Amino acid sequence: MAKKDTVNALKKRNLGAKVSSILADAGFTVTSLKKASFEDIVKHISKEDATLVFKKLGREVPSVKKPAKKAKEKAKAAKKKAPKVKVKIPVKIKLSPKEKEIDGLQTKMGLNLPLSVVRNLAHRIEGNKITKKAMKDILSKLNERYERHLIDPNESAGIVSAQSIGEPGTQMTMRTFHYAGVAEINVTLGLPRLIEIVDARRVPSTPLMEIHMKRENVTLEDVKQIASEIEQTSLQDVSDIETDITGMRVVIHPDADKMKEKRVLITDLEKVMTKMKGAQKVEMHKGKKSEGGAFFTLKSEKSSYKHLQKLVETVKDFKIKGIDGIHRAIIRRKGPGFVIYTEGSNLSAVLEMDEIDPTRTKTNSIQEIYEVLGIEAARNSITHEASETLREQGLTVDIRHIMLVADIMTNDGDVKAIGRHGISGRKSSVLARAAFEITSTHLLQAAITGEEDRLDGVAENVIVGQPITLGTGAVNLVYQPQKKKGRGK
Amino acid sequence: MMDRGMSKRIESIKFALLSPDEVRRMSGSKIITADTYDDDGFPIDMGLMDSHLGVIEPGLRCKTCGGRVDDCPGHFGHIDLAMPVVHVGYIKDIKKLLQATCRSCGRLLLTRKQMEEYSKERETIEEMGGGYLKIQMVTKETAKDAAKRQICPHCATEQSKITLDKPTTFREDGHKLTPKEVRERLERIPDDDLPPLGISPGVARPEWMVLTALLVPPVTVRPSITLESGDRSEDDLTHKLVDVLRINQRLRENRDAGAPQLIVEDLWELLQYHITTYFDNQTSGIPPARHRSGRPLKTLVQRLKGKEGRFRSNLSGKRVNFSARTVISPDPLLSMNEVGVPVEAARELTVPVKVQDYNFDTVKEWIAKGPTPEGDGYVHGVNYVIREDGRRIRVTEKNAETVAETIENGYTVERQLKDGDIVLFNRQPSLHRMSMMAHEIRVMSHKTFRLNLSVCPPYNADFDGDEMNLHALQSEEARAEAKILMKVQEHILSPRFGGPVIGAIHDHISGAFLMTYMDSKFTRDETLHILAPLVNLDKIPKPKIKDKKGEYWTGKQLFSTSLPKDLNMNFKASICQKCDKCKLEDCENDAYVKIRKGEILMGTIDEKGIGAFKGKILDKIARDYGPDRAREFLDDATKLAIGAIMIRGFTTSIDDEDIPKEEKRQIAEVLRKAAKKVEDLVEAYKEGMLDQIPGRSLEETLEVEALQELGKARNTAGEIAGKHLGLENSAVIMAKSGARGSMLNLSQMAGCIGQQAVRGERLSRGYWNRTLPHFEAGDLGADAKGFVKSCYKSGLLPTEYFFHSMGGREGLVDTAVRTSRSGYMQRRLINALEDLKVKEDRTVRNTADTIIQFKFGEDNVDPSRSVQGDPVDMDDVLLEVLGEADYKLLEVEKDIAGYGEKEKDMMGVEVVDEALSSSEEDE
Repeated sequence: MAKKDTVNALKKRNLGAKVSSILADAGFTVTSLKKASFEDIVKHISKEDATLVFKKLGREVPSVKKPAKKAKEKAKAAKKKAPKVKVKIPVKIKLSPKEKEIDGLQTKMGLNLPLSVVRNLAHRIEGNKITKKAMKDILSKLNERYERHLIDPNESAGIVSAQSIGEPGTQMTMRTFHYAGVAEINVTLGLPRLIEIVDARRVPSTPLMEIHMKRENVTLEDVKQIASEIEQTSLQDVSDIETDITGMRVVIHPDADKMKEKRVLITDLEKVMTKMKGAQKVEMHKGKKSEGGAFFTLKSEKSSYKHLQKLVETVKDFKIKGIDGIHRAIIRRKGPGFVIYTEGSNLSAVLEMDEIDPTRTKTNSIQEIYEVLGIEAARNSITHEASETLREQGLTVDIRHIMLVADIMTNDGDVKAIGRHGISGRKSSVLARAAFEITSTHLLQAAITGEEDRLDGVAENVIVGQPITLGTGAVNLVYQPQKKKGRGK
Repeated sequence: MMDRGMSKRIESIKFALLSPDEVRRMSGSKIITADTYDDDGFPIDMGLMDSHLGVIEPGLRCKTCGGRVDDCPGHFGHIDLAMPVVHVGYIKDIKKLLQATCRSCGRLLLTRKQMEEYSKERETIEEMGGGYLKIQMVTKETAKDAAKRQICPHCATEQSKITLDKPTTFREDGHKLTPKEVRERLERIPDDDLPPLGISPGVARPEWMVLTALLVPPVTVRPSITLESGDRSEDDLTHKLVDVLRINQRLRENRDAGAPQLIVEDLWELLQYHITTYFDNQTSGIPPARHRSGRPLKTLVQRLKGKEGRFRSNLSGKRVNFSARTVISPDPLLSMNEVGVPVEAARELTVPVKVQDYNFDTVKEWIAKGPTPEGDGYVHGVNYVIREDGRRIRVTEKNAETVAETIENGYTVERQLKDGDIVLFNRQPSLHRMSMMAHEIRVMSHKTFRLNLSVCPPYNADFDGDEMNLHALQSEEARAEAKILMKVQEHILSPRFGGPVIGAIHDHISGAFLMTYMDSKFTRDETLHILAPLVNLDKIPKPKIKDKKGEYWTGKQLFSTSLPKDLNMNFKASICQKCDKCKLEDCENDAYVKIRKGEILMGTIDEKGIGAFKGKILDKIARDYGPDRAREFLDDATKLAIGAIMIRGFTTSIDDEDIPKEEKRQIAEVLRKAAKKVEDLVEAYKEGMLDQIPGRSLEETLEVEALQELGKARNTAGEIAGKHLGLENSAVIMAKSGARGSMLNLSQMAGCIGQQAVRGERLSRGYWNRTLPHFEAGDLGADAKGFVKSCYKSGLLPTEYFFHSMGGREGLVDTAVRTSRSGYMQRRLINALEDLKVKEDRTVRNTADTIIQFKFGEDNVDPSRSVQGDPVDMDDVLLEVLGEADYKLLEVEKDIAGYGEKEKDMMGVEVVDEALSSSEEDE
């Protein structure tokens, strides 16, 4: 990846530092060197050195096709193995005509305004006549200001961002609150939620989904139907369960009202009940209406009280319908349509439903978003969740800081936590790791693996007492005073 | 000190394991006796304090390098161990090695092919810069795979199971393996088989993990202290080494004398224990070694580890000289760039000055005056003269003149601080970069640091006993950086949200409000009084109002003197009522501020104008006119405000919360009705007639509804009280203008305090089924569950007082927990992001050159230069280009709310009614 690693890898193979760095500069990596022809390498270094390189890499001189062939075969095999997935990647952001016009004009003028400015401008002048001259004037003035507002090179952006997010932490609350607009659902907000996000916790302490409908004109009845399919319903939600000790059986009396509310039919129940494990016999009895209608009886496999007790428990929590992990679904009117808020989250299952609008459906579980939609989506989700958490607390933090945190968390392609098990534990510097946490282990391990600390980072240089390589420390200014004439020796 | 030329840099630090040979080679002396000093108090040869290991007493010379205390860094010694002993830190690695290698031939228990595969995997990761964690995962996998194999693929020996008896005993099929045997096995592992296990044979042979020679740290690492009584007290490490030496000696004697195996093994194990605790005294499974007093010893690992350990306490942070700390107090007459320093501190802190041709005579004069020169006010003196060879001469009253005569070019003189010197000023906790800023000093009498009130918000300082630190800068480079980058005026705009963190607070805002609200006017005398402190004012504006009684200046006019002459802006002030339709220019509350050409045409200047965090004018001036102008503006504006508040007079007292009898009755009525409603709810609940909120239990429904009812009652009470508290009331002025406090605070003082809550619920804990014995068990009414009907002014009933304390306590606990949690989060964030910087091509990369962002924040805009997050100020440009008339057409109704708008509910009971009334489910 980085040149430095190639140089290190080559040095490890007892190649000279000079040769290694020349090769690395030429864009070789160890793998590419292994495949490269002798001639290719000789272009950059002497023949003797090249021979040495080949030897150290375990290749014969001049090159033999064998390893290359093997690699090719492997690559082929890998290609075959990889499943075919059609991924649609939106290539370009769609611009409105006005935006296009402005964007075209600014490119013509050789300006470099970011898209957000172009969009904002287009939005503002939409429907108004503005002369071309005024337009040009506006654009150049905007550009002038934009360039004044650029960040300075060598700015320690990381530290500023970390401070900007950490500092308001002291002003946040620690309790859980009710979700805005939905009194029934509790959500973690404030500091605990922020910590949860940077920790990249697998499951948030209060998972939550916001599900929108595909059709705008759905009726409440339709939405209720959908909600009932989403909400996980167990047997005890729709029936009264009794233990008949004398008969060594479990009796289930479906509650008609509850059944109606949860939209479960007796026939559904019948179908599902046959799948129940641990029960020996499932019978359906058609009781009289006055006695509460039909009921089921279950017998446990072995007739002992212990097993009966166990059976009652399984029967109670037996899932009849709904999506795993979603414990409650609540319907709210929002604008013209309806929104279902759920306690618990299961993005992949919900997205498969036809009636819902997958483009507007949200979950607050970052890990789930990563698994279902990929790393870019997870990155956006981190940004969104963190800024919402801060905003809700009435604290303003520039979105750029949050984006930086989200970007470093997702830099490698999976979501990493901020802390010992994530980013900090992966630093290349031994000293930086030792200074953060678990000091002794890192030092001891560094000794047996023969690690080398190259003192690139901030923490390491502070430890050895050198200027750090950020900000003014990143540049060196050498001033050579000129000797005054006639005064020297 | 790095004086000239380029500074040297350490390029890298390599880590390796010490071999016994190397230990002996680097050793200054072999240590054999456990004694330290002889009767005369001199170190014993080959003892733990041997003078070959360095010197700690002045006067003695090191026998290894010949240096004295300050020159000799100390040298290592060593102890030859009678029997080998394992190193605790590597116990897991030894186990891994033993399990993964053959017991007879020592080869890794993997076939050649497997080995190649693992090596390849490891190499690719290394090449991709995978980092230590990933490599560790592969090596672990390798070891695990190897350990699974029962028969050696190389010599076909059958393997037996190796277990670790914590902390340090190995067993093979239940038989004990002595460290000696372990070492022999490790010796057999060939170099080639080590890399797959994550060991680099060039720097670490596995047998070195079993110690045969123990390195003894230099005496400078473990100095002994002489107590007042004259007794010596040895360092913990020395104590531990004494133990090791004693047992080592006994073990050697017993072994050589052919003592029974059992005794030798016991001693061996004891030696192992001592060496284990010498390394780490918190090893699990063994009791920590203790000092005579019973305190556990602080051995090697303990010295390095944790917050007070070497790394975090001494290497990542260091103690400094040339610093001062004292209590802070306010001084409104200082500029925000300045800090008042007591004479005592200024005389103690110094700045080095190099003596050269250009300053030779001046410096000479300084020295001649001695360390405490007398004169008109404070005159700085000189404390030390440093000769070119580094010798320091203290300048005293007596020798001042003679020393002055001796100075030559190239000498350094440590001069006391004087007015205008630049220093760093800091208040802990240093949560952001504005916690440490550069100030110019002003030497003053009295013993506190003085600072301008506008810099309180970034430091988060108040004057209830806060102390701050001050650092005098020691090099030209540092001073230049401080002056250009760290000065207070450079930090008016916060990088957190692109708005001002430095700004007017408290009385500044009340003052500005009084000055500019509606048509306040000032007489000639008053005007002069207000304008007098302004430094840059060249002429007094013409009076706006002239009538029979005389000339008057309007407050808006006076405030305008501090504004730049070409400033144009519109915004809504804090006192804005947030009407449904904004009347803009016709606002009857004087809340719409319009400034044209540096004149306030209408509107009131309050928190939204000049306040810290929210000040719009401040924001704009800082961004468009630069930090110098912003500082000037803020200094002037605050002085004006204080001038105005002093003329108008401003006070608040308990009668500000007085409300008429009729309103008191109304409030009581509202509260009585609310209590009745809660009664009814409880009644309904008990009879089971309560309508359940879907998804909530009956109890929860009751609680939610009761909470809502009581919340409403509190609000109504507040409204009734608020109606009678108008802008003629000082407390209201403070609340409305944003100077201090909120209307909620006032309504709690005058109306009703409201429901107390713990964990967001009504109070319920205490006795069985009741909160206090004053109530009947099971009482769910308002009074019994923590509703405080009284207001602060009338005083609380005993039960109410108790409930209020319960709520208050939760707040305190919350704060205590929060600080530690958020502190840790910030530490982790900083640690994860500290290496990131914006490169010249404006990509964000870490120090390993990995790209984190291709464009910082997607548009390369510095948040502290952004317009509250936006890259540019669109309105401003449009107004500038199109002119006022055309711009009007484009103007959109923007939410001119500022930063941090949400008013927090002080009592923690959130308003649920809104959420419920909007719910439309289940008609």
